[in-house]
Amino acid sequence: MKEKISDILNSIPDMEKRMVQIRNILLTNLVMIGEIPSPTFMEQTRMNFLINRFNQYNLLNCSTDEAGNGLGILPGRSGDRNILLVSHLDTEYNEKMNQSISIQPNSVSGPGIADNALGLAVLVSLPHILETLEIELNSNLILMGSAKSLGAGNLEGIRFFLKNTNMDISTGLSIEGVRLGRISRSAIGMAKCEVHYWVPEGYDWTQFGAFGSIVTLNEFINRILEIPIPTRPATSIVFSSIESGRGFSKVSTEAELKFEIQSESEEMVEHLLKQINNIAIEIAAKTSSRVMVKEVARRKPGGIEFSHPLVSTAIEILKTMDVRPRFTPSMSELSAFIDAGIPALTIGISNLGNVDKSVETVEIEPMYKGLTQLISLLIAIDKGYCNEIR
Amino acid sequence: MKLDNWLRNNTYHHSAFEDLGKLVEEKKRQNLKISLCIPTLNEGKTIGKEVVLFRSELMVRFPLLDEIAIIDSGSVDNTLEVAKSFGADTYLASDILPNLDHKKGKGENLWKAIYQLSGDIIVYIDADIKNIHPRFVYGLLAPLIYNSKVKYVKAFYDRPLAFSEGIRPSGGGRVTEILIRPLFSLFFPELSAIIQPLSGEYAVRREVLEKLSFPIGYGVETAHLLDVYREYGLEAFAQTDLDQRVHRNQETISLGKMSFGILQTFLHRLKVYGMMTDIPELSTVLRQFRAHDEVFESIEQEIIEEERPPMITISEYKERRGIK
Repeated sequence: MKEKISDILNSIPDMEKRMVQIRNILLTNLVMIGEIPSPTFMEQTRMNFLINRFNQYNLLNCSTDEAGNGLGILPGRSGDRNILLVSHLDTEYNEKMNQSISIQPNSVSGPGIADNALGLAVLVSLPHILETLEIELNSNLILMGSAKSLGAGNLEGIRFFLKNTNMDISTGLSIEGVRLGRISRSAIGMAKCEVHYWVPEGYDWTQFGAFGSIVTLNEFINRILEIPIPTRPATSIVFSSIESGRGFSKVSTEAELKFEIQSESEEMVEHLLKQINNIAIEIAAKTSSRVMVKEVARRKPGGIEFSHPLVSTAIEILKTMDVRPRFTPSMSELSAFIDAGIPALTIGISNLGNVDKSVETVEIEPMYKGLTQLISLLIAIDKGYCNEIR
Repeated sequence: MKLDNWLRNNTYHHSAFEDLGKLVEEKKRQNLKISLCIPTLNEGKTIGKEVVLFRSELMVRFPLLDEIAIIDSGSVDNTLEVAKSFGADTYLASDILPNLDHKKGKGENLWKAIYQLSGDIIVYIDADIKNIHPRFVYGLLAPLIYNSKVKYVKAFYDRPLAFSEGIRPSGGGRVTEILIRPLFSLFFPELSAIIQPLSGEYAVRREVLEKLSFPIGYGVETAHLLDVYREYGLEAFAQTDLDQRVHRNQETISLGKMSFGILQTFLHRLKVYGMMTDIPELSTVLRQFRAHDEVFESIEQEIIEEERPPMITISEYKERRGIK
């Protein structure tokens, strides 16, 4: 493998140096995208920005689809292969939040910068990067900002595209802002859930020591913690957020918990989900509460093998730049590629800075390596070096 | 009626000028050179973003600007280093025309930009805008590029968060609505049509700028409007709605200082224009008050609105521009 891609590996140091030329364009796209609020299900303004940019770069088929994705095609010389590059359009921040971004000589800070304004900025800057480096690929590059990805969006955008496109996608690359060195080749099974408790109407609140929904939810959490979690298949339950109460002296009447079940085994996810559902109902019955358990998103486990040439090429590229590969499972767009049987990876572009933990900060310098990694990988895919040997 | 016509014909929204390719083409056809000046004093937190955005969007992708210059009043933070690292030309105001006596103020930086920068048009943008966007520059330049009669374009910001009916109040900040617009209504009624007379964002032709006196402090924007209006009339102005400007909010006590400086400039102009001849010599001391428990204390502050003469009268400038 290494011999096969040696021409690409040899060109990496020079390419990395030249990436500095891209800085201002990339940072501009990062600011302009990052400052557009884009909560899940409200991504249209960001999508419009993307399409506007794609049009300015003369991409083909600049358009949106029924799911609200933003798409453009950078045609290759021969066009006999289609590579889909995707970054999600949505963020976890609501539309009213101040999304002002600040740039310092070594870093960029602001809400949603790392997840995933940087990924989108790279996607949008890609035609300019290739032009600056005078690289023309044979393959068509389909650039896609995917809508409704996070949380309850449940990857609706990319799933819609992969289900309905008539283009034959050979390889998928999901671009995330952080972190450099990340290689995600597999997805773990996952179920995202919300549990909502309401105390019954007519409850006697004047009674001293009356319990409210917080206590009920606490009991529910304690019962989940009693469930034996296997180490094989690797499994965990992640408590993500909790919401209840209106202040002092008032007993809470509603409480909500968000949690995720993650496992290498789809059966284990299913098994735990049933068990938790039963606990929720049992506690509701005991406390005369009303409960709703809602599954908001689901991922199947899977992925390509560690030995797949796409993985080994990505590793070699990172090693050439002295970047240590980090293997983490993914629950983002990669899952949709896996479900569709398309070889795919998720890669990261830069590192998180930690100057002020209240706001996301990404470092500028590592971006040059992140971009070099992406372009080198694209060249390798384009040349057929990442095809699976059967 | 004239005022309504002007409002209809010379008030724009930035979205009318989004076709930057067309704007650059027209700029090239007229062989115009355009400079951007950002006056600064300790703006290290926001300057990087402004320079990056303007440079990549309006110099590299669409060559609308020929130079981006930071003119600094002596920042003690990293303003100049940050601006330089992203490709701006950086100057200390005190290094420009060093033979003149030293003055410190935003107006001084704006005035010295006329000497230092080479554009036929200079666009001034404040450095503390948090939601900076290329529209702040092209929205102000386009009326000058497309309409040769326009000499001075002022920004205004009008994006209501929620309004259910067609008519809504539209105006400037506190100083504008309490001081400037009433003064304009009394003495220069047509100028009251300028929605935000104090906005720090404007684009001006050099031929106009070099003939203007520059108060170095709070009065610079007001003086410009009065002098340009007197010389060229309302037709020389245009204004562009740039939607929204997010910036630091000033305390009322600071606005008092600002108003005091502006009033000095305004009254001085009334005297020079012969509109009010019996103005006595004015005090330059502003008195404001603060309370400690039950005790009130007066704070006195001297605010002198010094002015720089028109740049065209400065010999170094004439020499640099080849003016006899």
